[in-house]
Amino acid sequence: MLCEHLSPTRRAVLGASGALFAWAFMPRFAHAAGGRDPRFVTIILRGALDGLTAVPPIGDPDYEALRQQSAMRIEGTNAALPLDGFFALHPSMRNFQRLFRAGQAAVVHASATSYRERSHFDGQDVLESGFPAPGHVETGWLNRLLEGLPAGERVAPGLAERVRGLSVGTTAALVIRGKAPVLGWAPSILKPADGDLAPRLADLYGQKDPVLARLLQEGIDTGKIASGIDIKARGGPGDPNGMEQMARGAARLIAHPEGPRVAALAFEGWDTHAQETDRLAKLLTGLDNALAAFEQELGPVWKDTAILVATEFGRTARINGTEGTDHGTGTTAFLAGGAIRGGRVITDWPGLKEAQLHDARDLAATTDLRAIIKGVATDLLGANAGHLRDVVFPGSENVQAAKGLIV
Amino acid sequence: MANSKEIDAALTLWRFGLGAREGDLQAIKDDPRDLLRQEVVECYTPTPVGAALRSSADLLMSLIEYNKEVQAERDRPAPAPMPAPQPVATAVGNAQDANRPAGGMMDAGATAAPAQPQQPDKKAAPASKRPYLPQQILIAEADARFNGTIHQPLIGFGERLAMFWANHFAIATGKGGDVHIMAGAFEREAIRPHVFGRFEDMLLAVESHPAMLYFLDNHQSIGPNSQANKNGKRGLNENLAREIMELHTLGVDGGYDQADVTSLARIITGWSVYRDEKRPGPMGSFVFNAYAHEPGDHSVMGMTYAEDGEEQGRSVLRDLARHPATAKHIAFKLVRHFVADQPPAGIVRKVAAAYTKTHGDLSAVYKALIDSEEAWAPELSKMRPPLDYVVALIRATGLRPKPEQIISTLNALGQPLWNPSGPNGFSDVTDGWASSEGLATRIDAAAIFAHQTGGATDPREFVRDRLGPLLSPETLQAVARAETKAQGLSIAFLSPEFQRR
Repeated sequence: MLCEHLSPTRRAVLGASGALFAWAFMPRFAHAAGGRDPRFVTIILRGALDGLTAVPPIGDPDYEALRQQSAMRIEGTNAALPLDGFFALHPSMRNFQRLFRAGQAAVVHASATSYRERSHFDGQDVLESGFPAPGHVETGWLNRLLEGLPAGERVAPGLAERVRGLSVGTTAALVIRGKAPVLGWAPSILKPADGDLAPRLADLYGQKDPVLARLLQEGIDTGKIASGIDIKARGGPGDPNGMEQMARGAARLIAHPEGPRVAALAFEGWDTHAQETDRLAKLLTGLDNALAAFEQELGPVWKDTAILVATEFGRTARINGTEGTDHGTGTTAFLAGGAIRGGRVITDWPGLKEAQLHDARDLAATTDLRAIIKGVATDLLGANAGHLRDVVFPGSENVQAAKGLIV
Repeated sequence: MANSKEIDAALTLWRFGLGAREGDLQAIKDDPRDLLRQEVVECYTPTPVGAALRSSADLLMSLIEYNKEVQAERDRPAPAPMPAPQPVATAVGNAQDANRPAGGMMDAGATAAPAQPQQPDKKAAPASKRPYLPQQILIAEADARFNGTIHQPLIGFGERLAMFWANHFAIATGKGGDVHIMAGAFEREAIRPHVFGRFEDMLLAVESHPAMLYFLDNHQSIGPNSQANKNGKRGLNENLAREIMELHTLGVDGGYDQADVTSLARIITGWSVYRDEKRPGPMGSFVFNAYAHEPGDHSVMGMTYAEDGEEQGRSVLRDLARHPATAKHIAFKLVRHFVADQPPAGIVRKVAAAYTKTHGDLSAVYKALIDSEEAWAPELSKMRPPLDYVVALIRATGLRPKPEQIISTLNALGQPLWNPSGPNGFSDVTDGWASSEGLATRIDAAAIFAHQTGGATDPREFVRDRLGPLLSPETLQAVARAETKAQGLSIAFLSPEFQRR
């Protein structure tokens, strides 16, 4: 049998896997409002969340007629949870209501990206790429945001610069794809492979395939971290348990003093064309528990955390013929975290009369999601206005950062 | 510059086929391109076989029975309960699936668990304790493919195309028990017979198949002015109509608008599944239900279609199949699948022209593809998606793994069998699969296959035989230096040459 000499690559890998947190994933951000060390999490809801069911405008006189038997009320069985008198919250979101009351969660209603067609896949591309139109699928706004953040104090020069973000799930969501290095993690279910295999592959990939080499390096890093987390998979990204589990794992990784500071998750299954009430009850429970898992696991870091929950577009204002809703426009986004100045529904409410609906069918969008993201990025992460305008959200000159979102 | 015959042979098997089995490369090295064309000429698509592989109508009926038994079983402890007659809406519906995990990479335990072979004496086990019937059928369908059809062809271009079209016309088992139990039957009945036929025939078969009608909700869509809606409480569901245009035919930039979608949704109201137990009829099959059909003439893409019952919808589908945007969309997806993530415009044009000229004769379309010299570039640029990867692993090793193992491997790798997260199917580009987590699970899967292959196979001979001229000196060296044969095979399975095509 041939004998092998350890290459430098292999030595580095072995060294790294032997000492889990001996080297860091990223430096702290140089800037932080009030010198804080912030965390920022983006949760993408794939399939288009019906904002009018998640946060029903029970005070709007036209709401009940549009939703008929599916309209929610704040009394009776399965009553919606009151928020501010005009808006209520879906009964599955008790944790969010508690955070809202504590001033740590806000709703952004009648919001949308700049996309006004009704294709999921194009809508998600716009939401995640940060470009004003579909067709850009190489990099996401969150990754470009990471690239532009001022470098901070180096925890471990060299390696530490490598990875700034965390991508949760089997495949990286577009929002966090790009040049800035990102770790991938998902609850794993197969038996781990031969421990000596990875360094050998690192050698081979190093010579032959830079893409596989990069993926392998990240996989080794996160695989070790994930095994320390010891979570058993229960469901996928469209399953309430799976959502909570992904959130819990992500939270533990970003809570670590030397872990990534920014994470992206994607939950699936929100395309409720039929029997919407039952399906959303299940999915919103998953989302609500995921938010609670973040709060629990982030512990002392929660106060410096902002979580954004966003979806590609909303759904029709009227229910369709199968107790569901079809693809629409305006919807809700959620903000949660100790760093959020919450306890309010942020909206320029467009109304629900026929003439007020977009194309006479959808909740109109009056708040541009990019304004919200710009506001959080500026006041929490110290992002630069020019970078946000030119690189993170190209073509957003007229979209001003929302002010006062962060405590 | 023309490739050598050896390179062409390797590309034939690895880019256009299912991957090389032992000796395949040698077997085709004299005339690889002719043999590839031969599969098209012969329209060679193998047929999955197995006792459980019944028609979709039969399977739907079994599901109704199964659900009744489960329900009766649950009701039994209560004092003298009459088994409640199942409401029609839930007899074949989604009730059974409320508690099932949605598909996804992390539910392997849940989907692989009910893997017991069915008891010969069915009555012995109460229905609720028995393995979930739709999953049992899925396992049998998987077995018929991973231990059946994928081993039959020398090259397997037709089988690759069956996989391609099943993903183009994606349905998802996560939708509910009905789609779950029919997923394999859908592929056998609506896809395979038309792989080398006319696109419009496949399109008509797909859009009228019960699995698609359930998956995209059309069985529930009611014409607002139809007799079924006399009380005015029900209405349209435009899900299927939209995806027919956006995903199945024209493509998202195909020039249709919201009015066209709504109009097509009206036209195909009444396309449903027959399951009225009180009346005789083709239970569980497609039915045109005139009672729910929106009456009147409707126009789509500038054409007016006169009221003609079921034929009205079939006319629209035929016109959509012949639309130039459809030719472009199909050509783009085929070239992207077989050649490159960014398909060279020249080949896409040639393939689309063949489509247009022959009104969608798919054999002519494939010939245009494989006769394009640009499709034969020797660089391996595309990453194999998990399904193709697992198929290549099985062919290369000659293993016959249990279907449950294959299903849970595919779940773990992020491509659960016939269960994508949306109607657009699984990603067909490298970026969709190039993740560190994906590679990590691929390493685990490769290691398991390597251990199962056992010590008899010499990894050095293995890579020379299967990869031939594609094998790089670096990979050969890494394989040769492995500490064990299993590790050498793992490295072979994980080499860039094996993961790309």
